[in-house]
Amino acid sequence: MSAIADIPDWIEAWFARRGWQVRDHQRQLVVESNARNDSLLIAPTGSGKTLAGFLPSLIDLGDPEARHEGGIHTLYISPLKALAVDIERNLATPVSEMNLPIRIETRTGDTPASRRDRQRRNPPHILLTTPEQVSLMIASADASSFFGSLRRVIVDELHALAPTKRGDLLALAIARLRQLSLGLTVTGLSATVSDPPTLRRWLTPQVNDEEKMASLVAVSASAATPPRLHILETEERLPWSGHSAQHAMAEIYERLRAHKLTLVFVNTRMQAEFVFQMLWARNDANLRIALHHGSLDVSQRRRVEAAMASGGLDAIVCTATLDLGIDWGDVDLVINVGAPKGASRLLQRVGRANHRLDEPSEAILVPSNRFEVLECRAAVEAAMAGEQDAETRRLGALDVLAQHVMGMACAAPFQADDLYAEVTSALPYAALTRARFEAVLQYVANGGYALARYDRFTRIRQDAHGAWRVSNPTMAQAYRMNVGTIVEALMMKVRYGRPRGAVIVAGKTLGEVEEYFAEGLVPGDTFLFAGELLRFEGIQEDSVLVTRAARKGDPKIPSYNGGKFPLSTHLASRVRSMLNTPERWKYLPPQVAEWLELQQRRSALPGPDNLLVETFERGERFYLVTYPFEGRLAHQTLGMLLTRRMERAGLKPQGFVANDYALAVWGLADVSMRAAKELGFMDTLFNEDMLGDDLEAWLAESALMKRTFRYCAVISGLIQQRVIGQEKRGRQITMSTDLIYDVLRSHEPDHILLQAAREDAATGLLDVRRLAQFLARIRGRVLHKPLKRPSPLSVPVLLEIGREPVYGEAADAVLAEASDNLVREVMSDTDAV
Amino acid sequence: MQSKKDAREYLIRLADHSFQPLVDGALYWPAEQALIVADLHLEKGSSFARSGQLLPPYDSLTTLTRLMAACARLRPRTLILLGDSLHDKGAADRLPEAAWQSLHQLGAVTEMIWISGNHDPEADARLPGRCLDCLDFGGITFRHIPDTAAQTPEIAGHFHPVARVATNIGGARRKAFVSDCRRIILPAYGAYTGGLNVMAPELLKLFDTSKLIASMCGDTGVFPVRANKLVPDNRMAQPVRA
Repeated sequence: MSAIADIPDWIEAWFARRGWQVRDHQRQLVVESNARNDSLLIAPTGSGKTLAGFLPSLIDLGDPEARHEGGIHTLYISPLKALAVDIERNLATPVSEMNLPIRIETRTGDTPASRRDRQRRNPPHILLTTPEQVSLMIASADASSFFGSLRRVIVDELHALAPTKRGDLLALAIARLRQLSLGLTVTGLSATVSDPPTLRRWLTPQVNDEEKMASLVAVSASAATPPRLHILETEERLPWSGHSAQHAMAEIYERLRAHKLTLVFVNTRMQAEFVFQMLWARNDANLRIALHHGSLDVSQRRRVEAAMASGGLDAIVCTATLDLGIDWGDVDLVINVGAPKGASRLLQRVGRANHRLDEPSEAILVPSNRFEVLECRAAVEAAMAGEQDAETRRLGALDVLAQHVMGMACAAPFQADDLYAEVTSALPYAALTRARFEAVLQYVANGGYALARYDRFTRIRQDAHGAWRVSNPTMAQAYRMNVGTIVEALMMKVRYGRPRGAVIVAGKTLGEVEEYFAEGLVPGDTFLFAGELLRFEGIQEDSVLVTRAARKGDPKIPSYNGGKFPLSTHLASRVRSMLNTPERWKYLPPQVAEWLELQQRRSALPGPDNLLVETFERGERFYLVTYPFEGRLAHQTLGMLLTRRMERAGLKPQGFVANDYALAVWGLADVSMRAAKELGFMDTLFNEDMLGDDLEAWLAESALMKRTFRYCAVISGLIQQRVIGQEKRGRQITMSTDLIYDVLRSHEPDHILLQAAREDAATGLLDVRRLAQFLARIRGRVLHKPLKRPSPLSVPVLLEIGREPVYGEAADAVLAEASDNLVREVMSDTDAV
Repeated sequence: MQSKKDAREYLIRLADHSFQPLVDGALYWPAEQALIVADLHLEKGSSFARSGQLLPPYDSLTTLTRLMAACARLRPRTLILLGDSLHDKGAADRLPEAAWQSLHQLGAVTEMIWISGNHDPEADARLPGRCLDCLDFGGITFRHIPDTAAQTPEIAGHFHPVARVATNIGGARRKAFVSDCRRIILPAYGAYTGGLNVMAPELLKLFDTSKLIASMCGDTGVFPVRANKLVPDNRMAQPVRA
């Protein structure tokens, strides 16, 4: 085979010294690289994926014949800063053992300015970095010389990056890098995915609808041993609802004791905090248990990672931050608390145990409530069947494009035709019409308003040759100060501190929380963070100031949403089909099977293609409970729209709660009676036309929509988070984007930024797209069960009332509540007089 | 539950006069057929353009359309603008033609009294009506910045008050009229105007807390709330020193 010749002897020799041999996929990637092909490597964790990705670079740079002329040769891009740092460490070993003249450096948001300057003057051969940093680098005036020598780009964890806004930004950046260095090839590294063609197209330029694809190199499934997956068979009573898994802590703790190093995965940061607390509360054996999640301060995370690598820990409670392939220690057990929400995520997490292909990984799933038992079962079956959650291809976000267009003008003047061709070569923007591109260009230039007001204040303008250039250096500076806000700026630091008189003494930084979470707090509120019960004191610039709360009582703010995943469509349909197939209940714990049997007798089972709607009266309220299994976000949107219709139908809805499986609405009028009188009432209630005017009317005032708009406004550069000359000032002059949203919506409902926000809402916080598919699927198939009392299946969602936020006509009801008391006080005042 | 009607008919008393706070942030004085608004900040949006933040240039039109609607409904004889009507010195020059038309229409049907503010200290001759530093009428002084040493009851603006409540059914933050028996401070009327929490020291020190009432603008009515129900914002004004 000719491929043999592609691996130089000195590489083979190094492998041999380590007792390894070059694997097929590693060899094949070298062949693709030599042929100057873009490529996608799909391989499970532990298969030497990263080394495979770098091998062609090591060969290029180490070959004494073909000396690289200097400058950057390889750009490695990872979604996580931590991953870049980790790779630097792992790559150092082969490079030094092979005695290669290769300099490797990292550049992330944490890299000091002095080091970035040095890297710019004296670039390393291999630079390890993040998507935001790449965008910043290509926006500089010397980008063309800096990247002129670039030969290879490696994108790690491509499956996680590609379907996000960061992926859009990176796709655009890669399109630019291809212009700066013509011989460039791009290699993507990915865990097993259901849709390789999309990722393969993502990696290679798209021209004239030809659907070009990168070469595929895949490690065959048989090379990997299937994992051993168990669901914890608890001796305890399974909770009806909630996500704390408190009932299983003793059993989890026993497993930690029996293993060397356990990763305990949870779905949200708040869950991580709770599980960490509960494990420590029973830590009689003094196990070394650590906490790791994306909100914690970098230095604290680094300490945990280092301790993990050196064998100084027994267990780590972590979130998605350790999902991705960081390789630090000999993990021999993975415990997944709560439902994995998708089969791919489960496999990825399980792959963290026993990082070798030839040994099976072991994992235990711990459902935290009854519905999660079904979901865990479905996930295990899907994983065993080798099914993956489909990531549908996304259309590139317009706010990200706006940011990129401004960045390109900062780098060098451009012709609109050239940039349009470049942008549409990136898969997410391949279908972008010229008209939309022009709209984004106009938006960047003068705001793109029908009322042209900003001719004197354009950000970019066309010169005599028709080239677009930055209007003045201030605009370029403002861009550089604000780029990269995609991940960072909407977070706030959490640090110790409290006001002492007029002076505020601020101390150690604990980590970060979402800005909207912080905005909702009232001084004195307590919440769990970084393993501590904290008391909220106030907000100072970009910091949330907290003090240690007195060590008693529960946190007042029970949870925040950071990191909640929606249930994948694929898994949802498996759960539905399992519910509806009593023969399969024997695989479920007896408590759960009994619960489902009771449901079958008292009401009905939700079918795979219908929608079960139950109505009943309880405590003078009338309830409507339904089970779409479409995830919390889609259910919240459904709840908003449904309550509007019920209001119009005179059913006087009062509020609703939603979880991943069900939605419960309550009100003052008898829904059962109404449905009995009016034929087809339920079908009308759930008609798809609710996505028309009702949706439009709700979007006008929806807080979620306003938050979505806010993100778009920040990313697209409408609002600057950091304003020149105001960095040090206490009060920054920023406008409330809610006010902007209201004004823009009433004057230019079709403005490009509102279009961007609507497109985001369709897939993001509102999940309108999934709701639309759902409503189409159940059209004419509503199964209505009027009941005398709540059904067994309705108990979990009813228990969420009081735990999860309740939605409804909030603002005025709240004001009336506060003002009511005034009227009462006033009345009692007069009585007293 | 308290009916919306009661909240809507709520009147603020000051110096033996009754004032009706309106949902949009204007204050109506029925006895004198006067409408009072504060802090329009016209052309605030375009003032951001210099730094590259090209905000939707519709704030002045939105603000004036709202004001026209209120005038069409209540038909006041007098329209008192409590200062900071224009956001900055160049605002009048940037004001779109349609906005000028609205202003002239208002000037034709009401007597407009423009009190000067810190953002618009100099009278602009193009504005219809009278420009004053402050106005004394009916035993009440109308001025932009409240005067801590004021001997007479006053109605002022400047602070853009908003109030925040936290109840067991949720929280809300809305613009609000703040009043006690000595003064009323109006919320900002402009479309792009943010706000300062009533509990902020610089606002709170102007009031007798035991008599303070924040009349909060809801969607359907104005809701009076006492000081003990109000909570501060999270923002701290002083810079970090550590």
